Amino acid sequence: MSAPVLSVRDLRTHFFTRAGVVKAVDGVSFDLAPGEIMGLVGESGSGKTVTGFSLLGLVDEPGRIVEGSIKLNGTELTTLSDVELRARRGRDISMIFQDPIATLNPMLTIGQQMKLAIDAHERLGKRAADARATELLTQVGIPSAAARLRAYPHEFSGGMRQRVAIAIALLHRPAVIVADEPTTALDVSIQAQILYQMRDLAAETGTALIWISHDLAVVSSLASKLAVMYAGRIVEQGPTATLLRDPRHPYTAGLLASLPAMAPPGAPLAQIPGTTPSLLSLPPGCPFAPRCDRATAECAAEPEITFRGDRGWRCFHPVGQAEEVTA
Amino acid sequence: MLGFIIQRFLQAVGVMAVMSVIVFCGVYAIGNPIDIVIPPEATAEIRQDAIRRLGLDRPLYEQYFIFIGNLLQGDLGRSFVYNIPVLELIGGRLPATLELVLISVISATVLGVTLGIYAGYRPDSWVAKTIMAVSVLGFSVPSFWVGLILILTFAVNLGWLPAGGRGDTVEIWGVDWSFPTVNGLSHIVLPAINLALFKLAMMIRLARAGTREIMLTDTIKFARAAGLSEGTILRRHLLKLISIPIITVFGLELGSTLAFAVVTETIFSWPGVGKLIIDSIAVLDRPVMVAYLILVAFLFVTINFVIDLVFALIDPRVRHGASS
Repeated sequence: MSAPVLSVRDLRTHFFTRAGVVKAVDGVSFDLAPGEIMGLVGESGSGKTVTGFSLLGLVDEPGRIVEGSIKLNGTELTTLSDVELRARRGRDISMIFQDPIATLNPMLTIGQQMKLAIDAHERLGKRAADARATELLTQVGIPSAAARLRAYPHEFSGGMRQRVAIAIALLHRPAVIVADEPTTALDVSIQAQILYQMRDLAAETGTALIWISHDLAVVSSLASKLAVMYAGRIVEQGPTATLLRDPRHPYTAGLLASLPAMAPPGAPLAQIPGTTPSLLSLPPGCPFAPRCDRATAECAAEPEITFRGDRGWRCFHPVGQAEEVTA
Repeated sequence: MLGFIIQRFLQAVGVMAVMSVIVFCGVYAIGNPIDIVIPPEATAEIRQDAIRRLGLDRPLYEQYFIFIGNLLQGDLGRSFVYNIPVLELIGGRLPATLELVLISVISATVLGVTLGIYAGYRPDSWVAKTIMAVSVLGFSVPSFWVGLILILTFAVNLGWLPAGGRGDTVEIWGVDWSFPTVNGLSHIVLPAINLALFKLAMMIRLARAGTREIMLTDTIKFARAAGLSEGTILRRHLLKLISIPIITVFGLELGSTLAFAVVTETIFSWPGVGKLIIDSIAVLDRPVMVAYLILVAFLFVTINFVIDLVFALIDPRVRHGASS
């Protein structure tokens, strides 16, 4: 395996609110190889979006990265100045968002918005910029792209708008794109198209993808590896196939059991008892312990991440250990 | 786009027609100008003659249609008091008001939007808090009092600027203007500040509210994620996104200030139309009142029409929505 393009170690992003410190991201570590697609899965409020924003240095006040390291192509991002960070955003790492209606500016043409994104990093003439924009739009599957440069976002469908956003994110061939649920707001058929197109684009351009989603089924068809987040931590990570077949963390096992495809037709869906804890009042120790049927007195202390080969989990009592012992 | 313009034009004509009826009836319902125009000791014969000459003996609807007929030929009647065409009377005063109001509304908008964007962009800085405190003052302190204080401070105590009048004027296209001369400009400064203060406060509030809202949207986050600098984001994204309410208020303020700059014009003895209308109301000079109010209605309709066109120019959704 080649050297990771993105290497995150023990990332902690906290929000200092009036009600207290919200530890939205609290100890996230992973590596991403060039062209690799990683799924970042978790419920709302598990910290996956904040993780994404932290990678770009775009955490809003009152939040900030309090600890940890983010290395992009070997450069430490957490210690860069705002100006240096800005120079890397869009060029080395970019991001696309959930709602394509909200991300594009309704009052500028697609061409103008792409030109702004090009100008942010390169001096290109009008003609060269148009050519680059047209090339990217064609690549993401927008027909008669040159003519559509003069169109406004409202003249596009939701799926097409998301393609435009993807084209903007790809303009400078970044090493990493953070995709924050980019297909959630789209029709299911469009969702699949964009999903597979993104996979092909990543393979073609060597861009690594972090695909943030709450939908395990969507991500698992796309990503080669998964990281499952719970209460600001990655509780389990590993290659998609083995992680799905043989989950170690009870939370991952619970998520998998609650997928409709896993239940026999007509049978009630399995649930994880309880609700996601508030990040303001996390219990000490393992944050999943109150909802976990495997929890013991030991779980009052927080488990460190255990690595076995290419897999890792944060649990004292992992599922499926027995098999491993016999194996 | 053409259909949009025609549609708006017909709307404007309708509004003007309704306005003319309301103004005409309204003005003719208050008081009898004969009592003021004719001396009380005049004979009944002279009275009857004057009433006939002014057309006041005819029924109201006839007077209205005569008025409209003349209006369509560009004749708004003659002032009862000055006995000169109303249009000439108003036209002679309008440039003074026009230059004063344009200078004050435009500078209030430019300055207010700049300060407002800053206050919305860095809401927790002490500069932003100071700006907002000043804007509260702009809203709450009555304009006549500010005018007097301005005169007292800058004209009486410091002696930097003149207290009233228009100063030297220059004739351009047959009209006298103050702004091209240094002396004239120095006469405009104080009344313009007086007029601008309230508008400045309003523009600050509008721009700040818009900025705070827009800066939190995904549009801005996405622009940042693409590596755009903050300056580019403010100039190219934010300014356009907050412009619609600002342009609306700009137009309304321009219209209402042109029509009703009375207080400031009185305090600074600025010979504009506001002063004229107040004097005309006092002596029930009907033709001036009617013509003035109809001109004001025309002004508002025109400004609104222009604003609609500007919306269509800057917002593609309006443009396309209107043409389809």
